[in-house]
Amino acid sequence: MALALDDLKSKKQIADRTFRGMTIAGGVTIVLILGLIAWTIASKSSLAFRTEGLSFFTERRWAPASNVYGALSFIFGTSVTALIAVVLAVPVSLGIALFTTQVAPSWLKRPIVAMTDLVAVVPSVVFGLWGIIFLAPKLVPVFTTVSGWFHGVPILGRIFGPASAGRTFMTAGLILAIMITPIITSISREVIETCPPTDRDGALALGATRWEMITGAVLTHSAGGIVGAVMLGLGRAMGETIAAALVIGSSPAITANLFSSGDSLPSVIAFEWGEATSDAKRSALIAMGLTLFVMTLIVNFAATYVVNRAMKRMRGES
Amino acid sequence: MSVVVNTSKPAPSAPLLADLSGVSARRRNKNAMMTALMGVSVAVIGILLALVLGTVVRKGWSIVAGEFPQWFTKDIQLSPRRPGPGMKAAIVGTIVATATATVIAVPLGIAGAIYLNEYGKRSLFARSLRFLTSVMAGVPSIVMGLFIYVFWVVPRGVDGLNGFSGALALACLMLPIVVRSTEEMLRLVPQNLRDASLALGATASRTTLTVVIPKAAPGIISGSLLAVARAAGETAPLIFTIGAAKHTNWNPFSGTNTSLSLQIYANAKESFPTAQERAWGAALTLIVLAFVFTFVARSLSARLSKGGES
Repeated sequence: MALALDDLKSKKQIADRTFRGMTIAGGVTIVLILGLIAWTIASKSSLAFRTEGLSFFTERRWAPASNVYGALSFIFGTSVTALIAVVLAVPVSLGIALFTTQVAPSWLKRPIVAMTDLVAVVPSVVFGLWGIIFLAPKLVPVFTTVSGWFHGVPILGRIFGPASAGRTFMTAGLILAIMITPIITSISREVIETCPPTDRDGALALGATRWEMITGAVLTHSAGGIVGAVMLGLGRAMGETIAAALVIGSSPAITANLFSSGDSLPSVIAFEWGEATSDAKRSALIAMGLTLFVMTLIVNFAATYVVNRAMKRMRGES
Repeated sequence: MSVVVNTSKPAPSAPLLADLSGVSARRRNKNAMMTALMGVSVAVIGILLALVLGTVVRKGWSIVAGEFPQWFTKDIQLSPRRPGPGMKAAIVGTIVATATATVIAVPLGIAGAIYLNEYGKRSLFARSLRFLTSVMAGVPSIVMGLFIYVFWVVPRGVDGLNGFSGALALACLMLPIVVRSTEEMLRLVPQNLRDASLALGATASRTTLTVVIPKAAPGIISGSLLAVARAAGETAPLIFTIGAAKHTNWNPFSGTNTSLSLQIYANAKESFPTAQERAWGAALTLIVLAFVFTFVARSLSARLSKGGES
């Protein structure tokens, strides 16, 4: 009898251990996959880094025909479009987040949240399609008008220079801005909602208007988290491939003129991979992938760190 | 006194607003202006969304409805410049690649999440796994495509371009999303349920399988569906991995394939009106697909949160 019970127990234990082992195996597999990604990308890009050295990052020429592979103009394009996207998306996202949490009556909240979430569901290639066929042709006269306003003005005249086409840094930035608005909005909203009601009521009781309450109590309280949200949006904008690839113009350039066509890291990989037959070019494109990976990694880490720290502090305070 | 009533949720709701009649005009105007700007932001995103969806529906509908049965039953026109119906190959390709990716990523992701929440908890490996999952979530989708191309497609040569390779790249993308959402859902299961089960003599694995997972199931399914919707719309991981077929191919393991997203991408670059029409049609089909998945996922998670409150 006792023997049977022991038998049952050990059977149960075996099943228990097997299950536990399976979940651990799942975890280990995930780690292995990420390791493989890092190792594969790094080892395949080593050829480019060996032959080009550091000049890979400082060379602005991209001339596969004469074996010159410089990533600088693509790094520039990625950074510029992502920055435009953030500059355009942040005020709108903050406005939406503040409107839903501070202004909107409760029946209006859910529809607004649902609407911004819907933007996130639209596949990026659809934004690209809309950008290249619908938006880009309509933007040419807009760009021309704007550049006319600033013609002759120092600095601004160069930033908003003459527009040659509808597919430009600015177009890509605009499309990316729409795409990152949902993530900045939803994280900002979460952060803002942790603001203790006593802070807001206190500000209002002192006679502040709603806007003064927002700047004095809500924004000072949520500043850290909002900065993190913005950086997560920046990371998202940098890694986004297809939408930007379709509307950026695919002609590498380093220029102050935002209304000029350019190119970015993910876009050049997507466009030129099919034609890349030499090892040197393939390695250079993979090296660009690695560069992009590292850039987004740094931004994402900084963002996660900032958000977590801000969230912790706010929870502690409230 | 203008009063905005505080409802259901205690903390986040519009606060009671004070009477502004005693406030200087400058401050009152600034308040009104900033409030109006916040409203404008909501309007801006609403208008942009309506513009995008409106264009897709208007242009997409004319080809999807105009070519009604053939759009879903015929293969893709070989020449981009010739008119002609048919997106079946891409619809099938999207289904094949996404379904295969789901079969790979979801069980793996759920296993990882169970380990994180039920076994690993705060241990060193669990913490590193959580960290690495967030790293993986940040890998740009095009890099996933490069990785699968170099690691999986190249060793197999021309035969490497098929639905399965595309699915592998999509699975890499889905994996961190599934892990993260599943872990969150498992964390919502009250600890006393586990304690009760363990106190009745159930083993840890039995507790997880018969108590914790059923309780979290709607949330896990909804998180996975969101990952599926995301994968179905992705283009970048597929460009190098799935090939460029125009004919329907249900077999993920042999022969090149295509997807709705790839068809949009390829046709959007063409200047022929016929190709562009096809792109809009594919976009409408893809958006409907993504919305359906997201809608089902959302209603499931809404049901879960209601169940949790009662």
